[in-house]
Amino acid sequence: MAFTSGAGRARPQGDRLETALWYLMRLSGLGLFVLALAHFSILHFLFDPANETAQFIIDKRWDELFWRALDWLLLMLVLFHSFLGVRTALKDYVSGGARTAVLSLLYGLAILLFVLGTIVVMTLPRAAVMG
Amino acid sequence: MTRYRPRQGMVAWAFHRLSGVAIWVFVVVHVIDIYLVGGDPQAYDTILQVYASPAGRVGELLLGAALLYHALNGLRIVIMDFWPRTTVWQQQLWYACWLIFVVVGLPGAYIILKPIWGG
Repeated sequence: MAFTSGAGRARPQGDRLETALWYLMRLSGLGLFVLALAHFSILHFLFDPANETAQFIIDKRWDELFWRALDWLLLMLVLFHSFLGVRTALKDYVSGGARTAVLSLLYGLAILLFVLGTIVVMTLPRAAVMG
Repeated sequence: MTRYRPRQGMVAWAFHRLSGVAIWVFVVVHVIDIYLVGGDPQAYDTILQVYASPAGRVGELLLGAALLYHALNGLRIVIMDFWPRTTVWQQQLWYACWLIFVVVGLPGAYIILKPIWGG
């Protein structure tokens, strides 16, 4: 029996990787429902962007390992979910050699953001260290 | 490989893709701006002033709307994909998304925009 959906992409048939990605897309989406909405609420409702300077991030936002770890988890989920989502969209509109080229650029950008995000969350000095 | 039922939730699907791509664009910008907190704090603070400007706040509002819609409709998709029998309620679930969108979104929009008129 075909497993179809009223709104999402139908679950791929017969391809184990694509089937796994289909499930992971939904699981990461559930994670992001909590983490991304919480992130937006904290930084736009509890605090205001007008006050969120680099010093604010050093002194308050990333002063504890818990928040750095949570933000890194959010980064992993959002990179996985958003880049796979764009991959699905691109595969709908681009085919052949152009698809290979565009998807290579996409994966390259994902790796770059993974590196940049991981570097800053792991190396930004703590307020106590900076004095 | 990719097929969609044309009549069921076509608008929901189109909004989902549009909001998803919009959020992706912001994620790319946002990871780079956060990298600058360590790499070039002055540049980060300058970008932040743009975010907090009146035009930036309108962008913030659009981002929040895209995020909220994508989250709610995404939950709707997960419900229908994991419990296919709920698909008969797809129209009701779609209305529920918009109800929550308005109830949560209006106060959120007020909080985001009020600094523009000095609130």
